[in-house]
Amino acid sequence: MQLTISHTTIYTYETPVHYALQRVRLTPTDTTQQKVHSWSLSVEGGVQEAQYLDHNRNLTHLVNVDQGGTEVRLTATGTVTTMDTAGILGHMTGPAPLWLYKRETALTEAGDTIRDIAAPLRGSTDMLAALHDLSARIAEAVEYGTGQTWAQTTAEEALAGGRGVCQDHAQIFIAAARLAGVPARYVSGYLMMDDRTEQDAGHAWAEAHLPSLGWVGFDVSNGQSPDERYVRIASGRDYTDAAPISGLRQGEGDERMIVTLQVQQ
Amino acid sequence: MRARDNTIVLKHDHPMIKSMTADRFFDEMTGAGEDIRQPYAHYHQWFSQQDADRLDKKSREAEAFFRRSGITFNVYGQADAQERLIPFDLVPRILGSQEWARLARGIEQRVAAINAFIHDIYNRQEILRAGRVPVELIANNDAFLPQMIGFTPPGKVYTHIVGTDLVRTGEGEFYVLEDNARTPSGVSYMLENRETMLQMFPELFSKIKVKPVSDYPKNLRKSLAACAPLSAGTKPSIAVLTPGIYNSAYFEHSFLADQMGAELVEGHDLRVLDGHIAMRTTQGYKRVDVLYRRIDDNFLDPLTFNPESMLGVPGIMDVYRAGNITIANAPGAGIADDKAIYSYMPDIIEFYMGEKAILKNVETWRCGEPESLKYVLDNLADLVVKEVHGSGGYGMLVGPAATKAEREAFAEKLRARPGNYIAQPTLSLSTVPIFVDKGLAPRHVDLRPFVLVSPQGINIAPGGLTRVALTEGSLVVNSSQGGGTKDTWVLED
Repeated sequence: MQLTISHTTIYTYETPVHYALQRVRLTPTDTTQQKVHSWSLSVEGGVQEAQYLDHNRNLTHLVNVDQGGTEVRLTATGTVTTMDTAGILGHMTGPAPLWLYKRETALTEAGDTIRDIAAPLRGSTDMLAALHDLSARIAEAVEYGTGQTWAQTTAEEALAGGRGVCQDHAQIFIAAARLAGVPARYVSGYLMMDDRTEQDAGHAWAEAHLPSLGWVGFDVSNGQSPDERYVRIASGRDYTDAAPISGLRQGEGDERMIVTLQVQQ
Repeated sequence: MRARDNTIVLKHDHPMIKSMTADRFFDEMTGAGEDIRQPYAHYHQWFSQQDADRLDKKSREAEAFFRRSGITFNVYGQADAQERLIPFDLVPRILGSQEWARLARGIEQRVAAINAFIHDIYNRQEILRAGRVPVELIANNDAFLPQMIGFTPPGKVYTHIVGTDLVRTGEGEFYVLEDNARTPSGVSYMLENRETMLQMFPELFSKIKVKPVSDYPKNLRKSLAACAPLSAGTKPSIAVLTPGIYNSAYFEHSFLADQMGAELVEGHDLRVLDGHIAMRTTQGYKRVDVLYRRIDDNFLDPLTFNPESMLGVPGIMDVYRAGNITIANAPGAGIADDKAIYSYMPDIIEFYMGEKAILKNVETWRCGEPESLKYVLDNLADLVVKEVHGSGGYGMLVGPAATKAEREAFAEKLRARPGNYIAQPTLSLSTVPIFVDKGLAPRHVDLRPFVLVSPQGINIAPGGLTRVALTEGSLVVNSSQGGGTKDTWVLED
């Protein structure tokens, strides 16, 4: 499937910016599931300062917002051909060792509720089936809904709260899988919803590593593994590692963010 | 915040308290018996011809000299945080050219192995695959920075500056206590001590040929410049990043910047500009190619590490990974000076250098191993037990100095989390005489040589910083607990 994506993020600042940086992970790379035909990241109201592959092999850009400006606009746009591999990304590895994805992070630290939901994974003879089952149980335990969680909500908090978004679903899955000794990571990307062109927001799901299959994707929120409607952008140990944009600003005043995202065939 | 960087000046993890009579220790001037050891022969001859009152007067002059130079330190945990002088003893610690040559070879071997180890850990991890170092030791280590994975710093150098802590127990017996791989401090004392000796006893230096240390700042500059990124021009710009004037080692930061002709900057002086890190100067922003940082990894970049840090430079890790700045020492280099890693250092040296370690490691029991734990619990009264990831002597037990109740309480902690501790024997540190009451008296010493690493090679300042326990019988060389320093001489051939 050939998908055309246009993703614009606009930050507007109440007072002119003294100094602000945005770290941007909005560039897909080729995988067994996708081939990137064309892609560009454009910046209006700022300049690109650095470009590098990070430790999770995400192509990362650092953007410096123009001093005195009140708006910066980041647009990622391009065309990607996707393949349905039944959610299997395979043994493709970055520079990081597998054990890194077994390590807890602040956002995926397991508490009692994560331990409870992960319990059936212990000693499972069919880990793939057990992970699908985990995914279904998380979706049931945490109703999809915005407003209750935010970027820094931990997996444990989201599960205990019973309501969250795709980020929370993915992080709960990761935290639980790691408890069972399964390397797991967070993926940010896009999902083309069949009924619309304008998408609400970027998407997130999880990947778990099984010795037989390599990395396998689990989209908890949609109860399926990623297929040809998914475009994979960045991955890491949790949201912090794979966040599309993370920034830091010196100075006062509020800022607002507006996102427009189109994913279409 | 607590900058780890202060370790040498203020605190030390090896109090080495041991109740033994002084004559059981190796004295570096008299050796085992009455004869003066060769390296001290000329000095001893000179000393015996000196008038004691004159030396007494000189000793007081030295203190005035240090006060004028402003070399003081602050002690953590003291509410009044007074600036204090570290006492200086006028009797030098002397190493012969042969014994130094051997020491230097050992240090060079160790430091080369450490750099190869750190590069391997952040790249292919051959040593883990080979099973020579357990994966858990790295995987569960806070000093391991995932952000360094898959990246090679300019010049493939991780530990631009190392301070290898050594102690001596006999004629050829040197042990490494710690490999300080995260920008160690103390080098300003090495330089000031020599300067003071040259001023007080110029005639001594014309009689006895001592290898100079005064070119350290020049060598530091050269070594750092040789590690500059490819994008730097032929004259790389170097800056020293300090946490600020309240840091106990601030004197050293400003001293080194001044001595090597580099700018002294704080985090708020730096920003990302034109793809580089730039510092604010009176003539506007100027690019920095090499940043000699004296702040901890965790404070280095609030966009990457501790977001609350006000001391660091947001975005510096992005510029670093893009290859446009050198950070000295490299972030994540601390993985090599962890106390549990220390116990594997002989294996690490063999693995990367293909030869046996020249310098000895102190025997170390890893309490995570059941037989070791049993031994440690059975011999707690004779051992020093430390937290694996701790620094600065916190959370440790010095068996011989502890009460029975303290040892029992510590044994409980050990049984609860054995993997969190290592244990070492107390060592019989060598002594060197100090000047007291118009005479000489032996006191225990350690040694921190300073090592510079660049693609052009490894350079070790001849000598280093000798710290001395000024109280009779004490093995605490820690400056916050009555330790002093001595000038350290390495004789020319």
